[in-house]
Amino acid sequence: MRPTTFTAYRWEVRKLLSQKRTYIGVGAAALLPVVFVSVMALQTGGPYDAPLGHNLRHTGIALALVVLTFASRFGAQLATALVAGDIVANEDAGGTLKMILTRSLRRGQILGGKILASFTYVVALLAALLATGLVGGTIAWGFNPVIDLSGHRVSALHALGLSFAALAVFSVPLLSIASFGIFLSAVTRSSAAAIVGTLVYELVQEAVVGLVHWQPLHHYMLSAQFDAWHGVFQTPVFWPPVVRALWVSALFAAVPLALAFLVFSRRDVAGD
Amino acid sequence: MAAVDHLIPVSARGLVKRYGEILAVDAVDLNVEPGDIYGFLGPNGAGKTTAMRMLLGLLRPDRGEVRLFGRDPQHELPEALDGVAGFVETPRFYGYLTGRKNLELFAAFDGGDAAERIDDVLDVVGLQHRSGDKVGGYSQGMKQRLGLAVSLLRNPRLLILDEPTNGLDPGGIRDMRALLKELAGRGMTIFLSSHLLAEVEELCTRVSVIRAGAIVYEGSLAQLHASASPRYRLRTSDQDTTEAILVGDSRVREPTREGDELVFDADEATVLELSRALAAAGIGIAALVPETATLERLFFELTEGDPHPHRLEAVA
Repeated sequence: MRPTTFTAYRWEVRKLLSQKRTYIGVGAAALLPVVFVSVMALQTGGPYDAPLGHNLRHTGIALALVVLTFASRFGAQLATALVAGDIVANEDAGGTLKMILTRSLRRGQILGGKILASFTYVVALLAALLATGLVGGTIAWGFNPVIDLSGHRVSALHALGLSFAALAVFSVPLLSIASFGIFLSAVTRSSAAAIVGTLVYELVQEAVVGLVHWQPLHHYMLSAQFDAWHGVFQTPVFWPPVVRALWVSALFAAVPLALAFLVFSRRDVAGD
Repeated sequence: MAAVDHLIPVSARGLVKRYGEILAVDAVDLNVEPGDIYGFLGPNGAGKTTAMRMLLGLLRPDRGEVRLFGRDPQHELPEALDGVAGFVETPRFYGYLTGRKNLELFAAFDGGDAAERIDDVLDVVGLQHRSGDKVGGYSQGMKQRLGLAVSLLRNPRLLILDEPTNGLDPGGIRDMRALLKELAGRGMTIFLSSHLLAEVEELCTRVSVIRAGAIVYEGSLAQLHASASPRYRLRTSDQDTTEAILVGDSRVREPTREGDELVFDADEATVLELSRALAAAGIGIAALVPETATLERLFFELTEGDPHPHRLEAVA
């Protein structure tokens, strides 16, 4: 029986699990809420004006999402770029690409496995942040109801469910960033170029939002989609930004991924 | 390519690969028959590895076609590599995984029953005792052996190896050559590049020689030896007069003095006439010895000097 994309995916995940830098990224994501809550314990102030920030010190459920608000400006993209930008280029530079391309998998299947593994890593990053945020926040401030962004009181259990949904919405534009990183990784064959290029890509999006004063454009930039999860924490749920985040992010992912497949399936694999 | 023969391990026609202004491979034809241990010879930078990458579907030729058992690795991957295994340049692995985990990965990427062969191939290459160690700590020779193990996982009919004894110690080289002979004895076709002429002479049944991207010889080793001009070593009672006679005879090629001997190329009839002429001139012949051409000499004749020599054609 011939191997499948799932075979490639399974081994890509195993490779990630065998590398220290994977744990450094996930560990850093897990540590953020712990550091955040520790710093807050040492002072009276806090980022109360951040989305859901007014819940801090009243309930632990909001902690992860407040941390995510700060991480969404750069940290999450950095961690994503480090893995996505490296996942093809590293094998190219290390010479292992020429080895796996002479086996029984199609090039598209190998790239598919790498894309899925990168996406899994992004989800793991966010899951780690949410998990320690919930545990750390609950230990510090309890498992209490949340006042949502439209001022309604939401039960703790319902808020927990909303946190998962908010994180899922947040992950979508992050997966688009990962897609761009994978594209650069496949095209440039250089981990450094792909990682830096991915971060520059994100910064350019932020710069466009800051410099171009045409509001409709802002809604359709990838960077704006990182705030779409706010819609989940409104009563009733405010769907337009969530739906927009889904299709805008899908578009921002589809183009680089299609180009990555096109380039990767045809390009020469030259010297080590 | 007119006829497709599914029994022919390698058939390449008119392969061309260009990198900008550099012509890396120039109209290369290769014909590897079933059961061959086929040596691919050439100096560094001659285009061996580029040609081998095209065989394995890693590079796209600008022109020309390759068939592996009748299938095109440019358009029919991965199916065209069914029954084919090997590596180009130094085999590379995931240094953070153990040797066994690397083999498991490659076996998974092969599918079928490849995973069941892991212990067998570890035994064959003598790495069973180190299979639990991370490959990052392997020596060059161990990686080379792991490269062969990874290739054998596919139970190939055609093995394509780039400098397979590179980095091995003398014992490892001996074992590798013995293993390649054994694999060939079991019916496996082996295509190997090498710059070790003694290795090629010991192992290979057929060779091709590539120079500046172009094939300058393809055929059996015996035919290559036969195609060489016979060379003679001559010592006489009067070397100066003898040298003048040799230089004056247009049928004698490259007469040179090496120590107290004169060395020259000529056919047998010319040598007979020369010996008579020397006797008639009162010159005594102390030694007139025909010298068998070594592969090294033939290799240098084919790959050095005039960059556009006539191509030696093997007799079909």
